[in-house]
Amino acid sequence: MRKVYLDNNATTRMREEVLDAMMPFYKDVYGNASSIHQFGRRSRAAVDKARQDVARLIGASSPEEIIFTSGGTESDNFAVKGVAHALRSKGDHIITTSVEHSAVLNTCKALAKDGYKVTYLPVDGYGIVNIDDLKKAVTAKTILISIMYANNETGTVEPVAEIGALAKEKGICFHTDAVQAIGKIAFDVKSLPADLLSISAHKIYGPKGAGAIYVRKGTKIDAIMHGGHHEMNKRAGTENVGGIVGLGKAAELAAKEISGEPRKLMELRDYLYKGITSKIPHTRLNGHPEKRLPNTMNVGFKYLEGESIMLNLDMEGVAVSTGSACTSGTLEPSHVLTAMAIDAADAQGSIRFSLGRDNTKEDMDYVLSVLPPIIQRLREMSPLYEKGK
Amino acid sequence: MEGQYSDKVMEHFRNPRNVGEIADADGIGNVGNPVCGDIMRLYIKVDPKDEIITDAKFKTFGCGAAIATSSMVTELVKGKTIEEALKISNHAVAEALGGLPKIKMHCSVLAEQALVGAINDYLKKHGKPPIAKNFKDEHEA
Ligand SMILES: Cc1ncc(COP(=O)(O)O)c(C=O)c1O
Repeated sequence: MRKVYLDNNATTRMREEVLDAMMPFYKDVYGNASSIHQFGRRSRAAVDKARQDVARLIGASSPEEIIFTSGGTESDNFAVKGVAHALRSKGDHIITTSVEHSAVLNTCKALAKDGYKVTYLPVDGYGIVNIDDLKKAVTAKTILISIMYANNETGTVEPVAEIGALAKEKGICFHTDAVQAIGKIAFDVKSLPADLLSISAHKIYGPKGAGAIYVRKGTKIDAIMHGGHHEMNKRAGTENVGGIVGLGKAAELAAKEISGEPRKLMELRDYLYKGITSKIPHTRLNGHPEKRLPNTMNVGFKYLEGESIMLNLDMEGVAVSTGSACTSGTLEPSHVLTAMAIDAADAQGSIRFSLGRDNTKEDMDYVLSVLPPIIQRLREMSPLYEKGK
Repeated sequence: MEGQYSDKVMEHFRNPRNVGEIADADGIGNVGNPVCGDIMRLYIKVDPKDEIITDAKFKTFGCGAAIATSSMVTELVKGKTIEEALKISNHAVAEALGGLPKIKMHCSVLAEQALVGAINDYLKKHGKPPIAKNFKDEHEA
């Protein structure tokens, strides 16, 4: 059976070149990057090179602004808790949105338990925050604004440039979770006024369990991981050299391909979308039609529940997701679609297709051949369907 | 494994039995709501002489477990008397499916509720008092 992987926002297949770059660090090059001897120096050199590659991908002015972490979740935790702790004497108010990844949302919830005040900004029907809402939410006690660059479920891109400019004007630290934007949208922290930016390797064809955070020079942030003097005293723990090298290689390749790859994915995605809407009635696009990641498409199939679609596609070899991989398993419709004020029944029938570099037009044609009969069969089974006929 | 379906669940999900409506049903049970992600409508045909359920069909909006439990409950009730059918618990439905993931147990409750709803609809139509049955709320599981 054909296998079509359309769940690249959950994770990606590691590239051959990335694995090749990593392998020596699991075999011959095993020194601790903090050791002064030649074994250590070889590891250190590889970590330094990776730092440069990540810095280059996002246009950081110095590699020292890149701190390696265990992934997007840790980067988000570090940004939010680290700034909240460092600026506690200045204020106790954090502004975020209702559509963040759980890595930010649950970190904010944890801080709220410790006495911090958190504002969760609403979004419009496309999932975009309103700058005026943000302006109104800012108080003299606001110490951090954390708003994602692009949403993992819908692909909707937030107005991060405007948000950053506002934060800068008000002198408030701005963190953006760019885990989904990296490698899909070209941007540069020289022009994007973000102080902190989260990166994860496994979303850009790198290894799982490796990530980084960009920390603009001068940003006040406390470590959340205490121990040795690693990572400029910002993140203790012996460096995960293999993972860091993998992230570096993935970043290097992403930087090279950023001008062509996203465009290719967008064309394939839009081809798939046209096919779906021409073959299947009663669908809706969740998310902004244009201000959106080039690889992401969240489609609602009316009168249906998402898991039944996902499982049927799985039986045909097609991997997609409902909600986000972390939240499937809960009964409530996705918090992102709910925040977009999408009717609960419609939100239940939403499927995320997220494309990656391995996908081809043949893959799209295959999906277009198996999906319509699945939807038809499930709708015939649905008690909600006849009403809408 | 946590969160994964048994082969039996997948088999019923793939080939659900008794999908559809019964135009002249003797009882219809309607439960659930789209916010929770499942709605079940269960139709039964009852022979009034001996109160045996002769046919059962369903329509379901829901996840894999909701479809599989709907399918299984229609299988279980066919040929049973109303009294026997009322003894079918949600756990019996889940067991017949080789178990359900914990977070999906509420689907089996829904199937039981749909069945009781259909039977009560039948009883009402025949001027008989409805059966009160307590359901375990397994949403918390
Ligand atoms: C927007 C966003 N932030 C954070 C994360 C977490 O990253 P990681 O899986 O590397 O911990 C993800 C991935 O699930 C994500 O999509």
